[in-house]
Amino acid sequence: MRLFLALLVALAAPAAAQDLLPPAPYAYRQIADPALEAKAQALMETLRCLKCQSQSIADSDAPMAGDMRHQVRSRIAGGEDPEAVRAWLVERYGDYVSYKPAMSATTWPLFAIPLVLLAVVALILRRRLGRAK
Amino acid sequence: MTWLRWILLALVAGLFGLFAYMLTQPKDEFVESAMVGKPMPAFDLPAAVADRPGLSSADLADGQPKLLNVFASWCVPCAAEAPNLARLEASGANIVAVAIRDRPEDVAAFLAAYGNPFSRIGKDDISAVQLSIGSSGVPETFVIDGRGVIRYQHIGDIRDSDVSVLLAELREAGA
Repeated sequence: MRLFLALLVALAAPAAAQDLLPPAPYAYRQIADPALEAKAQALMETLRCLKCQSQSIADSDAPMAGDMRHQVRSRIAGGEDPEAVRAWLVERYGDYVSYKPAMSATTWPLFAIPLVLLAVVALILRRRLGRAK
Repeated sequence: MTWLRWILLALVAGLFGLFAYMLTQPKDEFVESAMVGKPMPAFDLPAAVADRPGLSSADLADGQPKLLNVFASWCVPCAAEAPNLARLEASGANIVAVAIRDRPEDVAAFLAAYGNPFSRIGKDDISAVQLSIGSSGVPETFVIDGRGVIRYQHIGDIRDSDVSVLLAELREAGA
């Protein structure tokens, strides 16, 4: 029963958290220049929605994602480089806000472990095949 | 080669053990601001209600440490934390606020219903200030020192036990 109530509360919270303001100007409007819009779109697909953390801000209808799209589009329309916009967000929210994999002090094992495993497999195969001959 | 097999078995068992352990841990969905320790970005927000002035970054660097509450009238936990904001104000904290995506009449009604502990309230209709300080939801409360540097972030509503923590952080910031 307790779990059920907790579940109800968890489901009720997002429903209640609705504001009445119209979306930010660039939340659902594309940049007039298609080249800039393509850049913005590519960037938005690799930025995490902070309210709905498994979605990108390009996918999400959360008001905050709309406000993030407004930031991205208005900065890119203003001539900023997409990677500079990403860096601006990472400076505020950490690596977590970006879906683009980056090598860093905490992420290097993700890149190193597959290489180590491949090396181990190669070693085992060489030993086995060498012995079979 | 048997030792290698045992090592691999131990590795796989360890991996599944790790999966089992992590699956039983509560999920931490909080995204902490990376702006703690950094100066408040420049901003200047108009007033959200008629009887309180708006909020700018200059107001946060006037020598007095403050609490900055990010809230909205449409946010349920914001109403829940109102008594504790009142306690903080009664304990001498100067609390300023940013109202996220909110209409003036709704903010006024919210403050009339739950009390108004704020000395200034800025109106942020596109979450611009919220995004610039690395806040990912409402309510959040930041401790800002007298030079306008962000010193501490509290995510979520202020529970009874958080009041003393925030007061201690405020003292540490020089209040």
